[in-house]
Amino acid sequence: MEDLANLFIKSIFIENMVFAYFLGMCSYLAVSKTVKTAVGLGYAVIFVLTITVPINYLINSYLLAPGALTWIGPQFANVDLSFLTFIMFIAVIASMVQLVEMIVEKVSPSLYGSLGIFLPLIAVNCAILGGSLFMQQKDFINTLESAVYGFGSGIGWFLAIVAIAAIREKITYSNIPDPLRGLGITFIITGLMALGFMSFMGIKL
Amino acid sequence: MSKDREPLFSKKNRALLTDPLDDDNPITVQVLGICSALAITVKLEPAVVMTVSVIFVMAAGNVIVSILRNVIPTRIRIIVQLLVVATLVALVDQFLKAYAYDVSKQLAIFIGLIITNCIIMGRFEAFALANGVWKSFLDGVGNAAGYGWILIVVAFVRELFGSGELWGIPVIPQLIYDLGYQDNGLMLLSPMALIVVGLYIWIQRFYNRKLIEKD
Repeated sequence: MEDLANLFIKSIFIENMVFAYFLGMCSYLAVSKTVKTAVGLGYAVIFVLTITVPINYLINSYLLAPGALTWIGPQFANVDLSFLTFIMFIAVIASMVQLVEMIVEKVSPSLYGSLGIFLPLIAVNCAILGGSLFMQQKDFINTLESAVYGFGSGIGWFLAIVAIAAIREKITYSNIPDPLRGLGITFIITGLMALGFMSFMGIKL
Repeated sequence: MSKDREPLFSKKNRALLTDPLDDDNPITVQVLGICSALAITVKLEPAVVMTVSVIFVMAAGNVIVSILRNVIPTRIRIIVQLLVVATLVALVDQFLKAYAYDVSKQLAIFIGLIITNCIIMGRFEAFALANGVWKSFLDGVGNAAGYGWILIVVAFVRELFGSGELWGIPVIPQLIYDLGYQDNGLMLLSPMALIVVGLYIWIQRFYNRKLIEKD
């Protein structure tokens, strides 16, 4: 239990997807103009990450990893399908995103409208595939751990996008040098926030 | 398909190659493909390997999608596109593991993340689905080069100021260190990549004022 809590906090703050690994930057920069849409996209990312990481964990440990196929029979012990990782992971992610898209369209058409192109683009949000690929590197011992990791990373991403959206709403009326307006200043603010997040580094719980 | 045959490198086609380098740069203007751009720019070498990989994936992917564009049903196009990219990236990954193992270790998951590099999907959606094979090829090479250009600039700045080296070779003479100069360790930290790109955007827009955003 303690391990899980530790992993959870770690995946939110210390290994924050945006500030530590720069994953999911594209939608982070493009959808953070207002807090409302940022919150919507954030929820969608949390949801997709929480589902896809454990599913990919199962796929990885029962299909792809070296020796994973031994449950079929001992003669498969030497089979290594890990070269299929990318294709399998991305197929799972793409189909989950399609599912989320259908749910959002049904439940909240206004959110669906405001997310626009970025809903299908969650499929190519690096944070999602990144979560699965980090999971593969981390050697989790069970599905629950991977689910906690996915959920934590999602929350970390959510916090990051909501924070930057709030800041961007505030600075609309600031007097920024023209060439730096918009994208430039957002990059620099993100850099400063990331420096701040680095203070979490090395914390053990 | 095309009404008039235009020369292979007509003015319009050349613009496809050169626009992404400045006016329509994928990173600083279209805001695509930021993720991988930032994490691997500590040193020049991985940045160059990444650039070459992306040029390959982008050009080949654009060509494949452009060939298939009339066959892919719109509803499942994203999955099809992802599979095309994933296959190409798997090829690059295996190739790097075989011939450039050290670099492939350094790049680690970021090779895999080429799949979700928004530049690639973005260009598939915006260009390859609507244009012919040759044009898509040029667009792919152009955009990947524009992306690589930023990568290399950022990596150059970070490696030079962060560790006083270029491509792993020390370039700042010992004399200057003796005078009290020190490498700026901050440059090696990942947040500095964001700030360097931010400053690049500032400089670029200062000279290219039509890119300035108006609210």
